[in-house]
Amino acid sequence: MDRYEVRIGGFGGQGIVTMAVVMGETASLHDDKYVVQTQSYGPEARGGASKSEVVMGDEEIDYPKVQNPDVFIAMSRAAFLSYIGGLKENGILIIDQDLVNIEGEIPKGVRVYKIPATRIADEKVGNKLATNVVMLGAFTAITGALSVEGLKRQIEDRWPRFVKTNLQALEYGLEAGEEAEPAIIE
Amino acid sequence: MKSLPERVMFTMGDIAAAEGALSAGCRYFGGYPITPATEIAEWMARRMPELRGAYVQYEDEIASITSVIGASWTGTKAMTATSGPGVSLMLEAIGLAVMTETPLVLVNIMRGGPSTGQPTRGQQGDIMQAKWGSHGDYQIIGLTPASVQEMFDQTVQAFNLAEKYRTPVFVLADETVGHMREKLVIPDEKDIKLVNRKQPTVDPSEYLPFKADDDLVPPMAVFGSKYQFYATGLTHDERGYPSDKENIQIDLITRLNDKILKNADDIIDLEKYQLDDAKIAVIAYGTPSRSARRAIAIAREEGIKAGLLRLKTVWPFPEEAVAELATEVDHIIVAEQNMGQIYHMVRSAGAPTPITLMRKPAGMPQLPEEIVQKIKEIDSQ
Amino acid sequence: MTTVQKTLSHPMAKYIREDRLPWIYCPGCSVGIVTNMVARAIDNLGIDFNKVVIISGIGCTGRSSGYFKTGSFHTTHGRAIAFAEGVKIANPDLEVIVISGDGDIAAIGGNHLIHACRRNIDMTVVCVNNFNYGMTGGQFGPTTEHERYSQTSPPPIGNYEHPFNLVKLAASSGASFVARWTAVQARRAARSIQKGIEKEGFSFIEIVGACPTAFGRSNRLGDGVTMHKHLLEVAEIQNGLPPHEAELDYDNRIVCGEFVNIEKPEYTAVISRMRDRIEG
Repeated sequence: MDRYEVRIGGFGGQGIVTMAVVMGETASLHDDKYVVQTQSYGPEARGGASKSEVVMGDEEIDYPKVQNPDVFIAMSRAAFLSYIGGLKENGILIIDQDLVNIEGEIPKGVRVYKIPATRIADEKVGNKLATNVVMLGAFTAITGALSVEGLKRQIEDRWPRFVKTNLQALEYGLEAGEEAEPAIIE
Repeated sequence: MKSLPERVMFTMGDIAAAEGALSAGCRYFGGYPITPATEIAEWMARRMPELRGAYVQYEDEIASITSVIGASWTGTKAMTATSGPGVSLMLEAIGLAVMTETPLVLVNIMRGGPSTGQPTRGQQGDIMQAKWGSHGDYQIIGLTPASVQEMFDQTVQAFNLAEKYRTPVFVLADETVGHMREKLVIPDEKDIKLVNRKQPTVDPSEYLPFKADDDLVPPMAVFGSKYQFYATGLTHDERGYPSDKENIQIDLITRLNDKILKNADDIIDLEKYQLDDAKIAVIAYGTPSRSARRAIAIAREEGIKAGLLRLKTVWPFPEEAVAELATEVDHIIVAEQNMGQIYHMVRSAGAPTPITLMRKPAGMPQLPEEIVQKIKEIDSQ
Repeated sequence: MTTVQKTLSHPMAKYIREDRLPWIYCPGCSVGIVTNMVARAIDNLGIDFNKVVIISGIGCTGRSSGYFKTGSFHTTHGRAIAFAEGVKIANPDLEVIVISGDGDIAAIGGNHLIHACRRNIDMTVVCVNNFNYGMTGGQFGPTTEHERYSQTSPPPIGNYEHPFNLVKLAASSGASFVARWTAVQARRAARSIQKGIEKEGFSFIEIVGACPTAFGRSNRLGDGVTMHKHLLEVAEIQNGLPPHEAELDYDNRIVCGEFVNIEKPEYTAVISRMRDRIEG
């Protein structure tokens, strides 16, 4: 895998940082990739725009921040507008369509996937807190950047008390990702 | 109940520094919460009691660092962690630690300044502060890790140097390094080399607490031992007694400076990357050094002979290595996440070789492309 | 000959670095008396002096640690208590004593005092209150009474500020043992220091002293003997009085005694409980 950049944006409290951390843990500890995970946040503990990033690859990561994401996952309108810049041509954009509408210019060839992660977590899993795991599942199905096996193991290691809920959320997310039909930006 | 850390973790630089300290044998942490170093305190609050150590949260940074000096004099390896505003408050006590030759480690997760600045954004604005912040003439040791693994390794090293040279040691990490997560491998205990301070062996009646050995470092007694001693921030003679004599001041200050400067070769740690045939060298440390590394890879692809001297130690400043580098290359670029601090040291060591500063007093380091651009500009001259 | 010399030496000399004498204190100063009180208290207790650590801050009283023949440390201004906390927590087997002045402990180090009281860390703080910064030549401090004269509170008004009552401050901050004596009540004071050392918790003992060279001179209070005589005259012993009634009116009435002696969990004991619980 060449240097692969993922950016995730949302508001504080959605689990934006956790999502990137689990992504990093899976890639680093289970998939044997070099990984750097970073985040930027403001003074708000809840609310406010939150951004987290993962850079992974088969070689050591030098520059630790995302420059031109291969994938951008947007989970709030504010984050979408703030962090869409730099998305690669032919890259991947994953949005929670209940929270984000596509606005403005999007680079050519970008494939847009709409995943109602919050709704799936709320209605199918029965716990909105699982939104980020649903989205992780969708991301994995869409990009293949993480191994499903590694992700499952990491979920078990990380949340031993909530394994069932989270694995269920992961399954729904994987399913949603597999089923999603991308719209391609021309 | 006792939870040992995973030997392999995907974790933050802050936490790696805390684990490094624990592996080095640190059993006392005195601190005060401050962004972006709080994670170190939080980790220590959980881990210290497991190892029968102490996490103590003080009323301010002044008490924190002073208590660390006190703890160190019981023979306990001790540390604090903070950020710029906290360091500013601690500087008087750093002088006390220098003067009383107290081993301790201070991890500064550097954020944007001056004043409250940008608490959640990184910077490298405290490099000169670490060296010159307390009053009077003194030397300090300052290490600059650039990855999560180095946060662990260099915190271990910081304790070893503090113990060996009886001095405060700064770990100067920018916020990006402190808050980024990467894989951390904690070596087996037997593979971690530890240094402990020298203890006196003479009869207590003959003990001179501030009489140095040939390495310029005096053996250190601890409270509660059979050795009686008085330590003071006042200028003191070998007995530790205050003195206002001129020769005592000259001897003490000279020795305190020399014990670092004359052992600089032992202390300094550098990494050379693609420097063998380089015509243009970049000097950087911390996160900007990672941008520089990428920039050099790009420049090399385009046939430009560029290389990187990465400083893992900024204090004592590797004057000789920089002077030597300056004779080998045509041009040096210094990339720092500040308005130019180590730049001044490079300029004084590297003259007359042209030296260009790339300054950036902000949360993101120079982009690799920006450094490539500068390398190209210089290359085409 | 040797026996003669022995009988001539002071009974407390064994605790003192005699090679550092004569000490720096002015004639008539109380700090020497307080040094003796601390030595007496240790002697009465018969504890291993090597296990005693004496710590001070800056100022005249701040120099006292240097005269004790044990592990002793002279910290920066105001930080003696913070240093002492690190020592005690890192090695709870040590007996930690802080001796410092009112300026050191209640002004620049005031924050450390109240928080150490609150934490209830086992140590004994002996604060010599001589109502001014003596070493720098006699400026008003945190215990200087309203309208008293000093180098920085000159006539015709004197001190614009109002003093702390250190007994009230320590008691309300949570110290588990609080006492006040004047420098002339040496035996009672030594006994309270002794109790403070024995107490498992934070002990605060204020010794009201005389600084004839600076405070005395600015306020025309006479020489050291006169000032100490005055302390004896106005000292009023009221053991067990609620601390909020322990008034200090320099001219007329200095309420002395032991005002607080309570039991509450001590910091290093609680740390040790935490460790044991984790180890199961």
